Amino acid sequence: MSYNFAFLDEYAKKEVRRSILKAIAIPGYQVPYASREMPMGRGFGTGGLQLTLSLIGEGETLKVIDQGSDDSVNAVNLRHFIEKVCPGIHTTTHTTEADLIQSRHRIPEIPLREDQIIALQVPYPDALVVVESSEEKRKIMHGEADYSRLLVKLYEDIVKFDEITLSHRYPTRINGHYVIDPSPIPRWDVPKMHQSPALILLGAGREKKIYAVPPYTVAEPLAFEDVVFRVENFNDPATGQRRVCERCGADDSFLDEFIDAKSGEKVYQCSDSDYCDSRMAHAEGKPC
Amino acid sequence: MGYVAIKGGGQAIAGADQVLEALRCAEGEAGESLALSAIENQLRYLHGRVLSEGGLYHPKLASLAIKQMQGDTLEAAFALRAYRSTRPRVPGPQLIDTRLMRVTRRISSSFKDIPGGQRLGATFDYALRLMRMELVDESPEAFKATAARFFKDIDIADIPDSFPKVLDNLREEGLLAPTPAGREQVAFDITREPLIFPVSRSAALATMARAETGSLLAIAYSNMRGYGDVHPTIAEVRVGYVPIMLPHPETGELIEAGEVLMTECEVVAMYEADEDDGGLPTFSLGYGACLGHNETKAISMAILDRSLQKGMKDGASNPSEDPEFVLLHVDGIESMGFANHYKMPHYVTFQSDMDRLRATQNKAPTQGDAS
Repeated sequence: MSYNFAFLDEYAKKEVRRSILKAIAIPGYQVPYASREMPMGRGFGTGGLQLTLSLIGEGETLKVIDQGSDDSVNAVNLRHFIEKVCPGIHTTTHTTEADLIQSRHRIPEIPLREDQIIALQVPYPDALVVVESSEEKRKIMHGEADYSRLLVKLYEDIVKFDEITLSHRYPTRINGHYVIDPSPIPRWDVPKMHQSPALILLGAGREKKIYAVPPYTVAEPLAFEDVVFRVENFNDPATGQRRVCERCGADDSFLDEFIDAKSGEKVYQCSDSDYCDSRMAHAEGKPC
Repeated sequence: MGYVAIKGGGQAIAGADQVLEALRCAEGEAGESLALSAIENQLRYLHGRVLSEGGLYHPKLASLAIKQMQGDTLEAAFALRAYRSTRPRVPGPQLIDTRLMRVTRRISSSFKDIPGGQRLGATFDYALRLMRMELVDESPEAFKATAARFFKDIDIADIPDSFPKVLDNLREEGLLAPTPAGREQVAFDITREPLIFPVSRSAALATMARAETGSLLAIAYSNMRGYGDVHPTIAEVRVGYVPIMLPHPETGELIEAGEVLMTECEVVAMYEADEDDGGLPTFSLGYGACLGHNETKAISMAILDRSLQKGMKDGASNPSEDPEFVLLHVDGIESMGFANHYKMPHYVTFQSDMDRLRATQNKAPTQGDAS
């Protein structure tokens, strides 16, 4: 049994590309599309995958990451599948070499360029779902840019906990109108969307929506004048010092936290494996 | 210390594939590979369920999917559905007239006698659910002789080709509203268009036709038990083979491309007076249909069609009347995919969650203070 280039039939790819164009034309608007079933589970990145498959062509270079890592099981699985159904494409783990990056839960640390596109996998496309379960009603709220209930939720958080408790999927207003769910990227990555030189595409396969943050577009996380948006805090509460990656020494990256099996101590490493490896390569001779 | 993210994913996946395959063939010397025809014939209901939930009438691939996925209905339907994504749409089939169905079974619970008669056909309805121990070591001779013996005394010419529909009688008597004017003539294609609410009835029916049987049953049952009030009577359930007519690619002339096994159910529900135009009250109708032989699914779908119509008209007063609630949660491929995706790493988001929790804990007054 032989499959078409990029698995999907040409009509399906055309539909996805038309939806992408619409999404770029209306920044932050969720364009409904007839998402196709992919041969991997719904929830495993089928929305991002359909974006990738519709855009990629022969000779282009792809990077696939999951949780910041190129080598995570799902990233490997997606990359193998795309390589199999797209003969003639190249794959890389280096952010700087990629034309197209498909990612789950992270935007790479190295700033992206104008000639790059990042496709984010999205489980919940609608930031309003936390306050309104009906899609029909949410659509009206988006149209009217009515985000009052979302702001009330943030306010209630402050009253209850003295903190905004939203950790990831932080609601972000695009181009002054539509508020998007930026996919489960940490708050750390949200500022990277603002005025990004690279096109950011978001694909929700199960929920059948495509939306975009076009290049050089305003992306503002929802906050208040007196309670500003804050990214994750990696300072050691005891010393006040910013924690660093125990491998490459970076003090400017999102860190994964885990317990060292030998010493039983808490250690931190870069979540973005390519960023960490690139820094290691630069600093030759450093123990790994 | 090395990089401790999830490394070696490729090897792990290859290993998992090998274990799956080894388990499928675990009988070793004593085993025999399942023939696809055995799956289609001896596991008919499983096969029909996969055809219907996969949304693709391809009996051979459905059998293969069941074999490959080792009997997991959700996975098998999923494989069939993914295969479908690689195929372009042929010009849409014409409306199918189920009056032309070669019926293997049709019953009505609303009338004792119906034109053409009740035909019980193949059903477990009145079978005793007692273990038939003779099947444990079934003799191949007995197995092979059974079908031949069944057909021996049947005069094929005696069997009518098709049967009239019970609904037609109800319509003639004015008990059921006539087919509404302005009804959709072209069915909404859920495989090529996204559902945007509010959706048309045909979009709802198409979504339910390939929904997961258990999901439809659970929501329909909630309506039957008390979270709703459809109170259905089955006008007709019929099972059989329906001819599919497609335009000839050259001449455009309609030709029979083949036939599909399907189940159809029409339920009649309590009447409502139409207050708007002062017309006579009539029974209302719910419709269910699916590929394969799956009466539980067709009945559940018919009840939900009726409850959704009510919800669309008057607003939902319970879950089974809410189109978004029903239609966005009954697809097996979507719901099982999402349930299983939680097994994937969520380190980044969890790190972010911990950051928020710690920040909140640091601000909260310590417990000792209060007491």
